[in-house]
Amino acid sequence: MNRSSSWAHEAVAVFAKDWLLELRTRVALGAVVLFAVTSVVASGFALAPPSGVPAEVKAALLWVVVFFAAVAGLSRVFVVEEETRTADALRLAVSPAGVFAGKLAFNTVLMWMLCAITVPLYLLLLEVPLRNVSLLVVVVVLGSTALACATTAVGAIVAKATMRGALFGVLAFPVALPPLLVAIHATKAAWLSDSAWRVAAGDLQVLAGFMLVIVPASVLVFEHIWSE
Amino acid sequence: MDFFLGLHIGYTVHEKVMTWQIVLRRVGKVFDERTVLRDISATMTAPGAWVISGPNGSGKSTLLRIIAGLLTPTEGAVQYLYNGERLTARQQRQAVGVVAPDMALYRPLTALENLRFFARARGLPLRDSDLLEWLERVQLRSRAHDPVATFSTGMVQRLKVITALLHRPPVLLLDEPSSNLDEAGARFIYQTVQEHAQHGIVVIATNDTRELGYGEPLIQLGA
Repeated sequence: MNRSSSWAHEAVAVFAKDWLLELRTRVALGAVVLFAVTSVVASGFALAPPSGVPAEVKAALLWVVVFFAAVAGLSRVFVVEEETRTADALRLAVSPAGVFAGKLAFNTVLMWMLCAITVPLYLLLLEVPLRNVSLLVVVVVLGSTALACATTAVGAIVAKATMRGALFGVLAFPVALPPLLVAIHATKAAWLSDSAWRVAAGDLQVLAGFMLVIVPASVLVFEHIWSE
Repeated sequence: MDFFLGLHIGYTVHEKVMTWQIVLRRVGKVFDERTVLRDISATMTAPGAWVISGPNGSGKSTLLRIIAGLLTPTEGAVQYLYNGERLTARQQRQAVGVVAPDMALYRPLTALENLRFFARARGLPLRDSDLLEWLERVQLRSRAHDPVATFSTGMVQRLKVITALLHRPPVLLLDEPSSNLDEAGARFIYQTVQEHAQHGIVVIATNDTRELGYGEPLIQLGA
């Protein structure tokens, strides 16, 4: 029988399967969107009137909401395969690289959807003075992708552990902190600075560099973790 | 090495001799200082069916998972040989079909969606019409669009079997395949074993008296 299975084909199959499952069950989408919207609305009411809140605080609050929403939903992408006992069938049908790439793509799209809902709502409710929309879009896309990379990598590592919840928190904090800090800084620049692109250039490079490092490293580690 | 071409020829008209072998060399497995398997050696050469037997907890499923490549042995090794050449881990993964109680399908997805996923993931050029034919073979065509969560145990088992055979693997590994099945279900498993054992390798881990006769005794664990 002819077969043309590369890790890219496998990743597309895993990505499509995960979205089909998500549309049927709405577990991750429900958790992520509910958490994010609730947090943003609560922040909006708690900080009213928001005009007196410094931009630094608003930027930090936005990314804290996005990060915790990601933790609530994205970390389960590997765990669910173990819990529903589908992991072995997946191991036999798909290479570790294909599984990781498919799951990463799923989490990344989920993060983009989360940000597409959360960020406009946040800007509206917290009356954020936006100076550079294009930079904000780039920062949100890069920052959310970097967080998806971080949470996917940690989620893959802890999937087979018994104390997953606690371990995820312990591991996710140092891994997600660097992209979180630079995303906050770049977001503040997009909101306040007249020369926003120049101010945020280094942050964007760090976000891109973070992804370039963590994805290949995660694939290498994942091959060993996933196989046993 | 295109061993699937060889297998395909084996399925159809040519009398091409293909030598598939699984060799277990002094395999052992220890979990948290508890020795489950020790010094297991055996050779299986296609065509044929073999039975691994033993009481509950003797390590049958563990040994089957090691043969499938889902567990790494603590000691020794499992080698897949095709015409004397050792397969890579990836080739080995493609050469195996596994049916086991602790290996589930995606319950929210329909039978057809499950087959479609595994076909795509394995890079098989199968259309929906081909997959529906597979379902027809196990009398599940009328339930093709129903979620697996709504299936009975026997229906899930039949779906698991065709999922394991979809890529026409030369090696079929079955862990207590007839458990919880009625007579018709058990007969289907027996027929599948007999058909596959004519050209490939079937390994059955069981302590079910019906299944003990499905193949040659290979290893008796816990004895």
